[in-house]
Amino acid sequence: MSNQQANKAGASRSTNRVVGWCLAGVVGMFAFGFAMVPLYDVFCEITGINGKTGGRYESTEVAEADMSRTVKVQFLASNGPGMTWKFRPVVRSVEVHPGEPTTVNFYAENPTAEPMVGQAVPSLAPSEGTLYFHKTECFCFNQQPLEAGESTEMPLIFIVDKDLPAHITKLTLSYTLYDQGKQPAVTQTSRKDTTTNDNG
Amino acid sequence: MRVHAQRAGALLGGLMFPAWSMADWTLNMTPGVTGTSNEIFSLHMTILWICVVIGVVVFGVMFWSIFAHRKSQGAKPANFHENTLVEILWTIIPFVILVVMAIPATATLVDMYDTSESEVDIKITGYQWKWQYEYINEDFGYFSNLATPRDQIENRQAKGENYLLEVDNHLVIPVGKKIRFLVTANDVIHSWWVPDFGVKKDAIPGFINETWTRVDKPGIYRGQCTELCGKDHGFMPVVVEAVPEEEYNTWVAEKKEAAERERQLTQKDWTMAELMERGEKAYQTACAACHQADGSGAPPAFPALKGSPIATQDMAAHIDIVVNGKSGTAMQAFGNQLSEVDLAAVITYERNAWGNNTGEMVTPKEIFDYKNQQ
Amino acid sequence: MAVTGVFMSAVADTHAQDHHHGPAKGISRWLLTTNHKDIGTMYLIFSFAMFLLGGSMAMVIRAELFQPGLQIVQPEFFNQMTTMHGLIMVFGAVMPAFVGLANWMLPLMIGAPDMALPRMNNWSFWLLPCAFLILVSTLFMEGGGPNFGWTFYAPLSTTYGPPSTTFFIFAVHIMGISSIMGAINVIATILNLRAPGMTLMKMPLFVWTWLITAFLLIAVMPVLAGVVTMMLMDINFGTSFFDASGGGDPVLFQHVFWFFGHPEVYIMILPAFGAVSHIIPAFSRKPLFGYASMVYAVGAIALLSFVVWAHHMFTVGIPIVGQLFFMYATMLIAVPTGVKVFNWVATMFRGSLTFEAPMLFAVAFVILFTIGGFSGLMLAIAPADFQYHDTYFVVAHFHYVLVPGAIFGIFASAYFWLPKWTGHMYDETLAKTHFWLSFVGMNLAFFPMHFLGLAGMPRRIPDYALQFADFNMVSSVGAFMFGATQLLFLFIVVKCIRGGKEAAAKPWDGAEGLEWTVPSPAPYHTFSTPPEVK
Repeated sequence: MSNQQANKAGASRSTNRVVGWCLAGVVGMFAFGFAMVPLYDVFCEITGINGKTGGRYESTEVAEADMSRTVKVQFLASNGPGMTWKFRPVVRSVEVHPGEPTTVNFYAENPTAEPMVGQAVPSLAPSEGTLYFHKTECFCFNQQPLEAGESTEMPLIFIVDKDLPAHITKLTLSYTLYDQGKQPAVTQTSRKDTTTNDNG
Repeated sequence: MRVHAQRAGALLGGLMFPAWSMADWTLNMTPGVTGTSNEIFSLHMTILWICVVIGVVVFGVMFWSIFAHRKSQGAKPANFHENTLVEILWTIIPFVILVVMAIPATATLVDMYDTSESEVDIKITGYQWKWQYEYINEDFGYFSNLATPRDQIENRQAKGENYLLEVDNHLVIPVGKKIRFLVTANDVIHSWWVPDFGVKKDAIPGFINETWTRVDKPGIYRGQCTELCGKDHGFMPVVVEAVPEEEYNTWVAEKKEAAERERQLTQKDWTMAELMERGEKAYQTACAACHQADGSGAPPAFPALKGSPIATQDMAAHIDIVVNGKSGTAMQAFGNQLSEVDLAAVITYERNAWGNNTGEMVTPKEIFDYKNQQ
Repeated sequence: MAVTGVFMSAVADTHAQDHHHGPAKGISRWLLTTNHKDIGTMYLIFSFAMFLLGGSMAMVIRAELFQPGLQIVQPEFFNQMTTMHGLIMVFGAVMPAFVGLANWMLPLMIGAPDMALPRMNNWSFWLLPCAFLILVSTLFMEGGGPNFGWTFYAPLSTTYGPPSTTFFIFAVHIMGISSIMGAINVIATILNLRAPGMTLMKMPLFVWTWLITAFLLIAVMPVLAGVVTMMLMDINFGTSFFDASGGGDPVLFQHVFWFFGHPEVYIMILPAFGAVSHIIPAFSRKPLFGYASMVYAVGAIALLSFVVWAHHMFTVGIPIVGQLFFMYATMLIAVPTGVKVFNWVATMFRGSLTFEAPMLFAVAFVILFTIGGFSGLMLAIAPADFQYHDTYFVVAHFHYVLVPGAIFGIFASAYFWLPKWTGHMYDETLAKTHFWLSFVGMNLAFFPMHFLGLAGMPRRIPDYALQFADFNMVSSVGAFMFGATQLLFLFIVVKCIRGGKEAAAKPWDGAEGLEWTVPSPAPYHTFSTPPEVK
């Protein structure tokens, strides 16, 4: 081969290498875009940033309640768009001691002429408090089917962690109830079933 | 020339002393009526002045060059093209200036994130295209809709002083107390903003956001939705009335009584004429934005009601679509937004206005029964 | 076909070892060309057409906002205009213009015969008219075109979007593929085809800025592809990435979008930084001050651009630690950007300055982009941003960095390199007129928007309260003036292509670089033998 041809061959080999690396980068970044979805969920679970209070809490130790202070926990209930159920907390708020399990109920009624399935999605404010709010039992873990005209009281059992920072004195837990159609879904909604918030 | 001098003076004055700026040519943010808004205003002015000074210096050097180093004036080009010391200096000095800016900025942000005890809690829900305010501890709530008549928007009537910034029901809060807002949305992302309070928070469907304010001065304060939320994003203002505490308590008591009276109204016997009068008002507030005042709508997204099968034929279907909405379309479920009285009135109105003339009416009692026994 | 005729007659095929007989004739030349000059020309023509189209939409917007009240269009259509104006300007005007400049100038600047992958280069271009045909056709579909802003937040764009949204997503995918292929081509060309002796730190600034821009494109365009795919799945396949009812989160959309979106705005300005770094030294007759710092500054800006995205989301409900981090990181970007501005001023200082059209646009770039940078710094201050976010203050900021930033950078480049492309000097008097009318129009249009935002006017509204009326009227007048003036630019370019004073190989006596060693107009094939670089 002439010098020029050899140079061209060399250039095209290294061009192929560069193109290869660039394509790998493209594929990698596309995958990263999708990886951001579970990464975001993990990040939010670890930091509690987006107010999603996570799955069922299983504590590894029996905690004693901190009787020296109380925290007010407020409850809000909203319907998603087009959801026609009556949905409200039975009590507007409770004063709890951190570490003490508390049970409250939410009233839901299906006033329509058809069976329906609802799914409640929780959100907590301030988001700083999310890591310290543990639900041992929540109607939001499952879909709620109700027959036509049927009503029910759904339980929430929660514990406010003793390590809740002192400057947080009021937590607001809001549920939004969504219409999931007529039949309960075969699979659960995409949520991890359990979390153990080991915030020692 | 005098006008120009006046304007230039107002420009400079407006930037330096906000109260001097002429009403329509307002140049600057205002300090507002809360601690937060005043802190933000000070921060804003500080940063602005730092930028002005830097700009004057940098542009000054450049303008000097443009003036003194022109080839046409005989300037010969120098040969320098690097100087490490100078590069280091003009990296470090701006960095230091930024640190100086960051300190008050951090302090203000910490103040804004204060989660200490609040005295009044209000849940704010953004809807397409109105706000819902619910007083959490008082068990009542209401919707707040744009009150500017469509005639003004469509240039058939002169525009009022608070054009596009007026609503039927103000959010009323007491002065001097910490108010906590829980902000969410029903459909898409909205954002609740009152400039005079220095409060803005996105309203995200399915999630709850928290913010707060403490207003020092009684008055009426106006803001707008600040997240694109669909066609009437520009038509869902926020109006907050801050009143002295006793007035607030009186107002709360009145609202609770009014809610009770509305529940009783459901039971009374209504005449067609009463329903039509009430219905027209409710229609203008809740329906005309999409279906138009004359019922002609804007098909295909917003069907016409004038002469439509829905408003002239099967009554049950008409009630169903108003109460339950139609999923997959923009037609919301008004069953949770309007009282039984308004629902009955608006359906009666739609069935008889614009030549629909069915002669049919539906009573609030019938709507109440419908909602409970569907 | 006066344009093709002129290019054909301007070809000088002087290289004995090439077996080409000049470019093909007729439409196949343009459809099948693998020549970087042809492809660069097509990109530039396409981008200008899109600029006029996006500009017309801006005219509709400003006409409606001329006075309070709804006079000309309904809110639903207004939202389509604001959305399409943004999409077309970002993806159809600014980005393709810079790719066009890259195609024309990169091989010339590094002494290469063409881009590394000439056939892929052709595909990269032709994908664009296809994508934009699809995008613009959505305006005529049932339910109208995209109406959710160029940032297309969910769930407005997913659950509540018009039926055409799927086509919008398709068009975005195609544009993304085009950009990615173009970026790969640029990287391969710059890394592999430089003339011997041209080390990285001897490369001209335009080459450096495009190299870094290309890496940004490779990093973030796939993320955009990911987010619109997630949208597609939410809309059509029942997933719930961004839907709370299914366990998703609308804010996730914003994080992924802005992870793309912030580097994207640097993609739209870095090439202009590079071009201005050629033009100012040329018309100051003095070397660029601080070459190495300029290179490091661009690198720093590019790196920082990846960690600031949430400054677009300060009001979303991020906890304080997050807000502080993004505030500090965003403020930091001012440091390398400031270094660049100081270096440009230092280049001019004690130079021997003349103010032909390229220099006028370049100087205006430095001043007005810096003003945009100041409003950007103000926006970075998170607590203050609560008052600025989603108001016209933001609109003022990004139009200052994009119009006198990117667009003036493109005009400056066009005037600077038109003699090289066409062989003729453009009409200097008309060009100066274009500059001054653009300068005045642009400032009249966008400076009042700072005041409107501070006074409380939100973005993306078709109608406004009465206290905003006066500045809106001024802004609209400025916009109409700016818009009309661009037709003058069209006239100047066409006139220059068709004739004018003959241009020397180096028409600007202060210019440096390999591109000025080839004749004007540049022959169809250049640097078939690589030059020696000392």
